[in-house]
Amino acid sequence: MTVLAHRFREPSVIPGFGITLGVTLAALGLVVLIPLSALFLKAAGLGFSGFIATAFDSRAMAAYGLSFGAALVAALVNLFFGTLVAWVLVRYRFAGKRLLDALIDLPFALPTAVAGIALTTLFAPNGAFGAFLEPLGIKVAFTRLGVILAMIFIGLPFVVRSVQPVLEDLESEVEEAAASLGASRLQTLWLVVLPSLLPALISGFALAFVRAVGEYGSIIFIAGNMPGQTEIAPLLIIIKLEQYNYAGATAIASVMLIISFVLLFVINRLQHWRQSRMEGR
Amino acid sequence: MTRNSSRNEPLLVRGLLICVALSYLGLFLGAPLVTVFAEAWAKGPETYFKALGQADSLAAIRLTLITAAIAVPINLVFGLCASWAIAKFEFKGKSLLMTLIDLPFSVSPVISGLVFVLLFGLQGWFGPFLAEHGIKLLFAVPGIVLATVFVTFPFVARELIPLMQEQGREEEEAALMLGASGWQCFWHITLPNAKWGLMYGVLLCNARAMGEFGAVSVVSGHIRGLTNTMPLHVEILYNEYNFVAAFAVATLLAALALLTLVAKSLMEWRFAAELNSTRRL
Repeated sequence: MTVLAHRFREPSVIPGFGITLGVTLAALGLVVLIPLSALFLKAAGLGFSGFIATAFDSRAMAAYGLSFGAALVAALVNLFFGTLVAWVLVRYRFAGKRLLDALIDLPFALPTAVAGIALTTLFAPNGAFGAFLEPLGIKVAFTRLGVILAMIFIGLPFVVRSVQPVLEDLESEVEEAAASLGASRLQTLWLVVLPSLLPALISGFALAFVRAVGEYGSIIFIAGNMPGQTEIAPLLIIIKLEQYNYAGATAIASVMLIISFVLLFVINRLQHWRQSRMEGR
Repeated sequence: MTRNSSRNEPLLVRGLLICVALSYLGLFLGAPLVTVFAEAWAKGPETYFKALGQADSLAAIRLTLITAAIAVPINLVFGLCASWAIAKFEFKGKSLLMTLIDLPFSVSPVISGLVFVLLFGLQGWFGPFLAEHGIKLLFAVPGIVLATVFVTFPFVARELIPLMQEQGREEEEAALMLGASGWQCFWHITLPNAKWGLMYGVLLCNARAMGEFGAVSVVSGHIRGLTNTMPLHVEILYNEYNFVAAFAVATLLAALALLTLVAKSLMEWRFAAELNSTRRL
């Protein structure tokens, strides 16, 4: 046992490796890996043509389009405003800053159903914001715009929280050097600050995007849920389940999972590659 | 504090950026939060407390507390084991293990529920076996707990691993050399060092466990008074146009979220102060 263990780990005087790793692997297997593999085995059991037919019919395609399209728009909005918020929180001093900083994590802590009914009430035609937007011809609740809005809420903390620490650690000398060498403030921001924020921006964007694609609770109240129009992919999974169409639910879930995993993997590699290139320089 | 002009924008730009950030956060975070409380109290305190005192509401509150009371300790034990194995030892496949632990973060809540239906549903792997022996996991409390454990699986581990990695293992090694046992080492050195991260992880885990909607919605079966958690109860009340009652239950969840954020901020300030004092020494 010990001989075997030493082959794949470095020797250490600290005890408890076997038991803690054992518990970790057992829990991971039972809670996460076996259930997830059940999904993929079930999907594999559908056969290739059966899978394609259920996973890519017109209703499912519309749902993917909405889920991924709206998530992309929401993540882009959060990329821009999240960076701005992080910048303001790190660089400027103003009253209530600490309170604001604490409030950023609200979408992590507030249950999604609560966020959903609150946003719907605000943006419904007779709501506080809805009543103001309705005369302008802007309909938010029960349209695609509502879906995007809920996704912006749910993804808000990711970009802020990934950019904030990098911005705090940024050496002031670099910006001062750029300025003293004659760069304008905008040039400094674009050519010096932005490139060093890039990895944090990418990972914050990706996390917000993946979270928004899978989000369910905060969206279903505001979306209106019209098939082909405002029906998100997670809702379609639930509808299939309620019809006892397990195969259909599994096929759609697999497509969503594979796209999300591939995306996270690509971004992880990208970060890795960037990091090794930076260190090599 | 001296201000360096090369690192600062003109007053007008600064003010504008702060205003944009404030309106963005006010629109997406402040307004929904205020709405929850305003709607709940719209018809006065009597209606509010009557809505909370209903038998179904009380049953939902009880079920949510039970679920969190089981799911959080499971993930606490798992998180401690995983972070001990990962932070205190060097072994092959470590980064793969960390990626697998984070997996539930990128899985849609609906899919997290679906995998348990595929395992334990009547058409699922273990469904026929469970039905034969009269064990009911799905559409019952055990299924709700399982789905909650899956969704909150990474929370404690994710907070602890980076913290314990940063603290290294010199202190533990020294204690062991001086004759401490593994347990003594854990209780007197590792645990006190990691306590803030641990508490924050448990808090976030608890907030998510009590607020989870999508995954629980799939496995619960929505039986009033029996398998309805608080977020599910909010949905049912809202869909019955019983808005005051829906928002009344929602205020409890929102208060939990606010409490989580306050505790988190207090810990961060405490932790920062502790870090500063050790650095000064």
